[in-house]
Amino acid sequence: MSQAAIETAPNSAPTPGDYILEVEDVRKEFPGVLALDRVQFRLRRGSVHALMGENGAGKSTLMKIVAGIYTPDTGNFRLRGEEIRLTSPLDALERGIAMIHQELNLMSPMTVAENIWIRREPKNRFGFIDHSEMHRKTAALFRRLNIDIDPDVKVRTLSVANRQMVEIAKAVSYESDVLIMDEPTSALTEREVDHLFTIIRSLKAEGKGIIYITHKMNELFEIADEVSVFRDGKYIATKSSSEVKRDDIIRMMVGREITQMFPKETVPIGDVVLSVKGLSLKGIFEDVSFDVRAGEILGIAGLVGSGRSNIAETIFGVTPATAGSIELFGKTVAIDSPARAMRRGMAFLTEDRKETGCFLLLDIQENTQIAVLQSGYVKNGFVRQRELSRDSVEMSNALRVKTPDMSEPIINLSGGNQQKVLISRWLLTKPKILILDEPTRGIDVGAKAEIHRLISKLAGQGVAVIMISSEMPEVLGMSDRIMVVHEGRVTGFLNRDEANQVKIMELASH
Amino acid sequence: MTTDVASPAPIIGTRRRLPPEVSILAVLIGIALVFEILGWILVGDSFLANKQRLSIIILQVSVIGIIAVGVTQVIITGGVDLSSGSIVGLVAMVAASLAQTAANPRAVYPSLTDMSPVWAIVAGLGVGLIAGSVNGVIIAKTKIPPFIATLGMMVSARGLAKWYTLGQPVALLSDEFTWFGKSFDVFGFPLPLPVIIFLLVALIFHIALGYTRYGKFTYAIGANPQAARVSGINIGSHLIKVYAVAGLLSGLAGVVTAARAASGQPGMGVAYELDAIAAAVIGGTSLSGGVGRISGTVIGTIILGVMTSGFTFLKVGAYYQEIVKGIIIVTAVVIDQYRQNRRKT
Repeated sequence: MSQAAIETAPNSAPTPGDYILEVEDVRKEFPGVLALDRVQFRLRRGSVHALMGENGAGKSTLMKIVAGIYTPDTGNFRLRGEEIRLTSPLDALERGIAMIHQELNLMSPMTVAENIWIRREPKNRFGFIDHSEMHRKTAALFRRLNIDIDPDVKVRTLSVANRQMVEIAKAVSYESDVLIMDEPTSALTEREVDHLFTIIRSLKAEGKGIIYITHKMNELFEIADEVSVFRDGKYIATKSSSEVKRDDIIRMMVGREITQMFPKETVPIGDVVLSVKGLSLKGIFEDVSFDVRAGEILGIAGLVGSGRSNIAETIFGVTPATAGSIELFGKTVAIDSPARAMRRGMAFLTEDRKETGCFLLLDIQENTQIAVLQSGYVKNGFVRQRELSRDSVEMSNALRVKTPDMSEPIINLSGGNQQKVLISRWLLTKPKILILDEPTRGIDVGAKAEIHRLISKLAGQGVAVIMISSEMPEVLGMSDRIMVVHEGRVTGFLNRDEANQVKIMELASH
Repeated sequence: MTTDVASPAPIIGTRRRLPPEVSILAVLIGIALVFEILGWILVGDSFLANKQRLSIIILQVSVIGIIAVGVTQVIITGGVDLSSGSIVGLVAMVAASLAQTAANPRAVYPSLTDMSPVWAIVAGLGVGLIAGSVNGVIIAKTKIPPFIATLGMMVSARGLAKWYTLGQPVALLSDEFTWFGKSFDVFGFPLPLPVIIFLLVALIFHIALGYTRYGKFTYAIGANPQAARVSGINIGSHLIKVYAVAGLLSGLAGVVTAARAASGQPGMGVAYELDAIAAAVIGGTSLSGGVGRISGTVIGTIILGVMTSGFTFLKVGAYYQEIVKGIIIVTAVVIDQYRQNRRKT
């Protein structure tokens, strides 16, 4: 794009191909997880650069570093050929790097114009905010971007698509040269996506560099000039989107040896214990049907946001279904609360340990015992603490929770140990159907293998297991059958012997 | 950069933690000693070596204490109860109206005089229970903030208390009823019945919070309502129970207040809810929920009593008392927060 030449930014040291942003040797470690391992990335002026990779590949982490949200352990950054070190998101913004987040960060009770110019409001000569000037500037910005939104309406009243437009306009208003979009189309209709792409093309023509994180293959070919693929925190390759094929990208994304796995033992599969028919949750997922048998592990694969976690929550009564039926042990049952699901023999390890799992203020004993108190160890309202503590300790030992004693606050444990405590919480209830949502996310290899072994053992004892996971090797190694979900619909089932990563990715993306 | 992820290395060896009440108890002893020393310096007398005073220290806060036991449980669930003081006023009126003697020519219910005190007590507790349950049902069903729901009850219950006799006090109560506000000599030590009731209530709910399913669920809801729900706890029905208990205890406090004063007045209990919240918070209950113990609240209550007695003993003016009390409450919470933050890292 030749328009890049009119950029006002200083560009005394032109780099080959006129890169606006160059990132090298970036490393970032979170406790127990190496999120980025010496990755690199280069963005050309006036181009759209797609980032692809499975969940947890490191794309979002890298972008959060580029946007100044995370500080990397190591890394060199050059913006317009100049070495930079970002100190905060504000610093990044002022240097011309803006990120549009997946979860929108607008203040909904305020107007569109107020949101865009927050902290930079035009003032009149008395030092008060000049609302007519603000309106004028917003209208001009919207005209430039071809956005049709009244600057004076409250953000609260806007659709998700329009909020996204406001976010984009806000980013553009900083005259940013680098715009990062993290899955911007995940909540948009087809027409809205077209509009977004029009805007992206005009930004490109203005010479801006756009980083576009996506899981959708067709978008990649429609809008991106280049694509970089990441896998397991490592940089794999950068290709021009005209020279790669869909299959090449899938192979780059998943091409990894199956390691660290503890594959499921073969155990006799029993009768159907849970049968879901036409289950729907309005606006989230539709017409989901499947059976799970005793001793079987049903894996659910799909991208984040595909509705896989919502399906689990609905089966467990956290968000009751709007249509469809659930049959347990051959009987149709209405499950409208977790308490009812538990009475029917279900247990549900949630995806988010911190939000819906741990009681961080309480100790290990209290975290372990809370669920089983619904059904046992209570006499006349009094907790039979001695018995309960004995069984809890036994369970913790069986799961090898590393802790000096049960009165340790759970917040002091590592992620893997916290997860083991939560699993013991559910195993104490002796479930017949165990739903696990990301059972090994963010935990170290050793604990992972132990949890895999445990799940396998439970299936061997006749427990029906539903396991949601973003990690392909885990799904492939553990599941007897795999159900793939895409955009709230079941796109296919794969048996253990026919499943592989490429097939799953094909079903999970478009 | 910082993440909230806990350090992966488990702590080696068993650390026996002191119960959190120890530090509050130390504060109590510290404050008492300060008054003792100042007493000798300023008024030439001992603050503590006085049976009468020790008894009064607790007596004057026993009503606050009874309320605080209920409020502590509410705060542990992550809520707050602003209606306690007004419930005290309303219950005092209702209970007093059923405990009048026939000697009163203008009894509220001339046909219901000289009754057994049981009726007054049952009616008083019943009114408290109903008011608390209404709080709980509104909070559980409409999901409005407890602050607002109980603020509404605070205003309405006070209105009811005034409306009940159109603002007139209810006097001339039976001796059987006022007996509940009296003192007894136990081994030469004056022990008022309100104090016994307070400590008994505290003991009961200390056990309930520590050893029953009711208690475990109360902490769980305050610590993480979402996780509590996924763990199968019916949050709505449990909150109704907790607010009902708080209302019942406010009712009990109202009965005791009327018995001690030998009358019912619509202005009784004004701002008691704030003292009760202060007692709970000084005692280590966290307003963000999930943390708190009745034993701490008892100590917190006694600290309030010691401060009031101590200032009076030193002949500090009432205005100064209030100024200093406010400072002490805020300081206690700041220290508590600091302590909790340190525990997390």
